[in-house]
Amino acid sequence: MEQKTTIDKSFKTEPYQINMGPQHPATHGVLRLVLTIDGEIIEKVEPDLGYIHRSIEKMCERDSYQQIVHLTDRMDYLSSNINNEAVCLAVENALELEIPDRVKVIRTIIGELTRIASHCLWWGVMGMDVGALTTYFYGFRDREMINDIFEETCGARLTMNYNVPGGLMFDIHPNFVKRVKEFITHFKTKIPEYNRLLTGNVIFQKRMKGVGILTKEDAISFGASGPVARGSGYSCDVRKYHPYSALDKVTFKEALKTEGDSLARYEVRIQELWESLSIVEQLIDNIPEGEYRVATKAVIKLPKGEFYQKVETARGEFGVYIISTGTKSPYRLKFRSPGFSNLSLLNHIAVGGKIGDLVATMATLDLVIPDIDR
Amino acid sequence: MNISLNITKSIHEWLFSIMPEGVANIVEMALIGLLYLAIFAILGLFLVLLERRVAAWFQLRIGPNRVGFQGVLQTMADALKLLSKELTGTVKADKFLYNLAPYFVIISSLMALAVIPFTKEFQAFDINIGIFFLIGVSSIGVIGILLGGWASNNKFALIGAMRSGVQTISYEMSIGLSLLTMILITGSLQLSEIVEVQKSGWLIVQGHIPAIIAFMIYMIAGTAETNRAPFDLVEAESELGAGFHTEYSGMKFAYFFLAEFINMFLIAAIATTIFFGGWLSPFGITESIPWLGVFWFLGKALILIFLMMWFRWTFPRLRIDQLLTLEWKYLLPINLVNIVIMALIVWLNLTIKI
Amino acid sequence: MTNEALQDLIGSWFPNPEADKISKVEIVDISENDENPEENPITPEPVNSSLLEFTQEESQFLNISAPPEHLHALMSQLKSNDLTRFDYLFCLSGIDWGEELGVVYHLESTTHRHSIVVKVKTKGRETPNLDSVYDIWATAEFHEREVFDFFGIKFNNHPNLKRLFLTEDWDGYPLRKDYVDEINMVIK
Repeated sequence: MEQKTTIDKSFKTEPYQINMGPQHPATHGVLRLVLTIDGEIIEKVEPDLGYIHRSIEKMCERDSYQQIVHLTDRMDYLSSNINNEAVCLAVENALELEIPDRVKVIRTIIGELTRIASHCLWWGVMGMDVGALTTYFYGFRDREMINDIFEETCGARLTMNYNVPGGLMFDIHPNFVKRVKEFITHFKTKIPEYNRLLTGNVIFQKRMKGVGILTKEDAISFGASGPVARGSGYSCDVRKYHPYSALDKVTFKEALKTEGDSLARYEVRIQELWESLSIVEQLIDNIPEGEYRVATKAVIKLPKGEFYQKVETARGEFGVYIISTGTKSPYRLKFRSPGFSNLSLLNHIAVGGKIGDLVATMATLDLVIPDIDR
Repeated sequence: MNISLNITKSIHEWLFSIMPEGVANIVEMALIGLLYLAIFAILGLFLVLLERRVAAWFQLRIGPNRVGFQGVLQTMADALKLLSKELTGTVKADKFLYNLAPYFVIISSLMALAVIPFTKEFQAFDINIGIFFLIGVSSIGVIGILLGGWASNNKFALIGAMRSGVQTISYEMSIGLSLLTMILITGSLQLSEIVEVQKSGWLIVQGHIPAIIAFMIYMIAGTAETNRAPFDLVEAESELGAGFHTEYSGMKFAYFFLAEFINMFLIAAIATTIFFGGWLSPFGITESIPWLGVFWFLGKALILIFLMMWFRWTFPRLRIDQLLTLEWKYLLPINLVNIVIMALIVWLNLTIKI
Repeated sequence: MTNEALQDLIGSWFPNPEADKISKVEIVDISENDENPEENPITPEPVNSSLLEFTQEESQFLNISAPPEHLHALMSQLKSNDLTRFDYLFCLSGIDWGEELGVVYHLESTTHRHSIVVKVKTKGRETPNLDSVYDIWATAEFHEREVFDFFGIKFNNHPNLKRLFLTEDWDGYPLRKDYVDEINMVIK
């Protein structure tokens, strides 16, 4: 379909614009894409953002650090716990607090479970975007188990706020270890099922292979991170390069693919499911005894200076950049959200494809809109 | 024992005995029309319910189970809700075409329903060019979809309509050719004749290899013809919102929706008639009770419908260029070769007859 | 590369003419016949030898403060030089410093795995103006639009500089410290 056919020039065609979103099933939220289309072929994708912008960065400038933690899980709500962790780590590093090992291990376990839950949801929605509706329910079935564990642990399923500067809000529930182990055995049989249902499907492979190709150079230039960048062969796992919490104690492989197409990004995430599962498995039996929290002052004042903390959320590198002047709120707080950078490359990789390709590509970017509209 | 036959015959005779011939004819036609409308509605509602239950089964859910016993009245309630809904539309829509479009779709499937032989004698219109008629009538439906997409003045709907046009025109070819392959064995286009031929073995057995190929092509093309997944590009909800019926609401939307399910039934019914012996029971086990033919017919059709639902709930959707590649580069050439093979088999008398 | 080595290397790209002058005076004081002071770009301390200021206090990264007119040259050098090769711009933040506005670039090298922070301040806050770096890192196009949206910093040569999150007719730049919106903002 790529080569131009010679049609009588008097029969003119012209591109037209359509709005994909803000209410559109494939944008998973209120993202609006202004598409310039020539028939079915996409000529330009222009994202129009801000439909759910809450100006969290401005709100942070008047909030205390404990309050800021609660704002972060409203950004990338699927990696809420990892976002919380990022702010807590930034504050703790700034205060030079010594965090007990127990907290570190629990944080890592919960973080990896969050990643699995997020990827489960992504997998379900990914299938839905390419037209296989059943995947959605399979993904949610397994995500539900994780959410139940979270609910039992901290009373919330999605926006957990389990991390506080200094540790955790509560200790883990007595059932926690048992239920996580149950989940591990359950989920080990389910990832092959995912592959049987969707990955191996001929239509799915054809839809994903060679679609939305992102080269390694472009991935780096566009600031891509997470599975998007790793699908293009750019090794960027923050957990490997800047390990935080208990991630330096575990061994895991960084999922890496070099093809750079949608299928590579898909396979990276499936691989990450296995890796996260193995991290949880390594830690779940060795949760050290100890305090679940170290006392902090009621009003946390960071020393004057600049603090940057990066973590790996399910979507990529999430950064918290705090400029403190020594008061109870930051002077400026910037969140580097993975989705924002990943969205910036959408136009680059979607042009020339069909509408169906755009949807499939967007699904593999795994955008969460509140993460982009901070 | 010929219950159905007796009933229709006695009604026929009774009507002709109480009124003049012309009036009786008209009344009889009206009665049959009403009967088929009822079949249409019940079948549509039942298939929607079935689809939802099957989907639920595939998706680890329960499905509708509150309205009536095990949710059997759920679709009825939905239909009532759709009836009571406001009919909205876009301001700049071409009102006439916009309102006309659902009727094209629904009438074409109703007309096709008329020639389907549910059992011997239970067929409204046993025309001698049955297959030809079916192919002709079923392509009217796409005009409705094109009109609906064009007239709603919505770009998503227009893309859906254009996709539909491309898709239906392409896949009609495969349907026609695969049916033609089987016609070579039967030597007749009349549906009742075709079933009669199968008394010496279902056509899928009689025609063996080319028949199986033809059946597979027919099912693929038939799924595409009904715009169902994995060929549901016309309404690809993750790409186009709802496709050609984005701007339709209430009962007009329901017409499209029902027509889709009736078309699915039609595809399955034609396959049953052509490949699986229609109302004939396997090995003639219930040949002495002709009215049981309805159940055999519906049972076979339902199995094929289940197959199509299976496709829908497990396969991802194709892309538009892959869809056309599949048809023009694979199905069509295979089909043409298949016809030649079938012709050779019929000519050399290599068919399997019991 | 260690931060010190980076500091020496990057500092040498933008020698300070002032520092030269001062050091020349110093050199002249010591040896009167030195004809070519340019031959010796690494000028001795204590005067800042470079147009760039380096700090490492109060931050885990090496911070470079660059004058806005040299920003683009510095950035393209940072990316293209084989020893630095900062090809990954992972964070671009706008900051309101009160007197002036600023932009902070967090850079990382994917080959050497070292990080650096480049800070630049605009001249005043009435017509803040900086050079765009979108041609160096493609992701900057989006990030700069965000900064323009919230801080009103205009980026020269930016291909598509318009509001990203807010509507075109929005008044003011919300993340500036002096932004007032009495209806929507809750001030504690």
